[in-house]
Amino acid sequence: MDAIAVISIFTLSVFVGFEVVSKVSSTLHTPLMSGANAIHGVILVGAIIVADHSENNLELGLSLAAIVLATINMVGGFVVTDRMLEMFKPKKGDQK
Amino acid sequence: MNSTVYSLVGLAAGVAFILALKGLSHPKTARRGNLIGAFGATVATLSVFLYVTPSGDGSESHSLPIHNLGWILGAIAVGLIIGVPAARKVEMTQMPQLVALFNGVGGGAAALVAIVEYLNLGDNATTAEVIFTVFTVVVGCVSFSGSIITFMKLQELMTTRPVVFPGGRFVIAATLVAVLGVSVWVVTALGTTPLLVLAVISLLFGILFVLPVGGADVPIVISLLNAFTGLTVAASGYVLSSTLLIIAGTLVGASGTILTRLMAEAMGRSLFGTLFGAFTAKPQAATGTTEERPVRSGSPDDVAILLNYARRVVIVPGFGLAVAQAQHTVRELADLMLSKGIDVAYGIHPVAGRMPGHMNVLLAEANVPYDQLAEMDEVNPTFGQTDVAIVIGANDVVNPAAQTSPGCPIYGMPILEVSNAANIIFLKRSMRPGFAGIENELLYDPKTMLLFGDAKASLTKVVSALKAL
Repeated sequence: MDAIAVISIFTLSVFVGFEVVSKVSSTLHTPLMSGANAIHGVILVGAIIVADHSENNLELGLSLAAIVLATINMVGGFVVTDRMLEMFKPKKGDQK
Repeated sequence: MNSTVYSLVGLAAGVAFILALKGLSHPKTARRGNLIGAFGATVATLSVFLYVTPSGDGSESHSLPIHNLGWILGAIAVGLIIGVPAARKVEMTQMPQLVALFNGVGGGAAALVAIVEYLNLGDNATTAEVIFTVFTVVVGCVSFSGSIITFMKLQELMTTRPVVFPGGRFVIAATLVAVLGVSVWVVTALGTTPLLVLAVISLLFGILFVLPVGGADVPIVISLLNAFTGLTVAASGYVLSSTLLIIAGTLVGASGTILTRLMAEAMGRSLFGTLFGAFTAKPQAATGTTEERPVRSGSPDDVAILLNYARRVVIVPGFGLAVAQAQHTVRELADLMLSKGIDVAYGIHPVAGRMPGHMNVLLAEANVPYDQLAEMDEVNPTFGQTDVAIVIGANDVVNPAAQTSPGCPIYGMPILEVSNAANIIFLKRSMRPGFAGIENELLYDPKTMLLFGDAKASLTKVVSALKAL
């Protein structure tokens, strides 16, 4: 990959990452961490790519292990974040 | 799917992740944000099946379907079978350690991906690719083993106190030097053996790095390891020529770093001190002699009488409330007091429980109205006008030692100043100290009354006693 392109993407992503979470109330720290945690589960994409490349059983075995772990990270992460946030849903007219 | 479409799908997923993080930063949009993130991740995953590049080279795809398709789908199914029920069934009290565990397996996955790609590239790897591989393996392994230790601490499978052994910091420093040395060895010598050695000592370093961290700092470390994992994903994105992985990983790395700092600020901890605690921690002297001292314990009726004649009551919930699942009962008590014209507020410490925001989530589950939840800065000045402060299963967050005894592990953490209230009621299971393992002087204060027992059972008794008055 073109080094300049990579550096540009990386630098801009750093600033976007800083910017989007700069003001968060402490209430949302845990769900936000959990959501970010789920996002890095996209390493699943990388795990599938290397599984496709695998040329022998060792490589295939390791990459399949990576797929299992990445799937747990990604899917489990989004589900558990949703469960946390379920409890934040607006409860208007709940005063009965 | 051609390469342009594939790249654009990756870009769309990257945008989805930005929107997800943005959404997660505000209470109203948080849930939608999470769903947008999940959508982006799903689309990105599906797109790989339709377009796969040959190793290392982003220019052209090989014919579909991708190799090992059955194995890949099977592995995903296994991941789903393990991950989904775990996330669905976990108790509210155990969510923090589950997040730690998910983060750890993510780091492990990144390290494995880097190792496989390294084996696959063999002698064709460029120096830059080897350097990024080394980075991913080191940080991924540290994140994996470190997260397992944080999981064990939170699950109380091991002691929650800082684990410090004599000469520990030299061992840690030596391990770090070894990690760096072997990294250089991998880059210069190449080969599978150095890389595996590197993985093993990185795992060891992760364990040593997290062991000296005290209970109260564990959430900060989880957040930090989360940011680490993000960076490994970005680095493996470089090796695999995947713009999407670079964007997603960097976003998580950057936002995770900021979040770690915010958390450390909320807890009044120095980030530096937490991170390098491993190098500076000294074995602690046994915290005071645990002599038998008199405490005043009361009955549910005594508590009810105290509450009945109070004009303002502040409820301070902690981890004990979460353990006992007493959030509904505490709401019942609050509603009862409100109906008697007593002013009731919940004093929420940002890190009460085991994670920032833990109490908000728990009380929201019991439909406690937002306007009754007061943050620390709001509620602290009001304790002077408060007749009764009820501390339910909290300890460290009200421990005056944080203000008065320099050198104790929580010194400097802002606390809820319940000692300014006219009366203090502690609902506790036992005299056991809190998560940080520090004795609380407040328990021996003459204006403190202790009500021993499970928080839910105690509260139920108080509610019925108060109803009878």
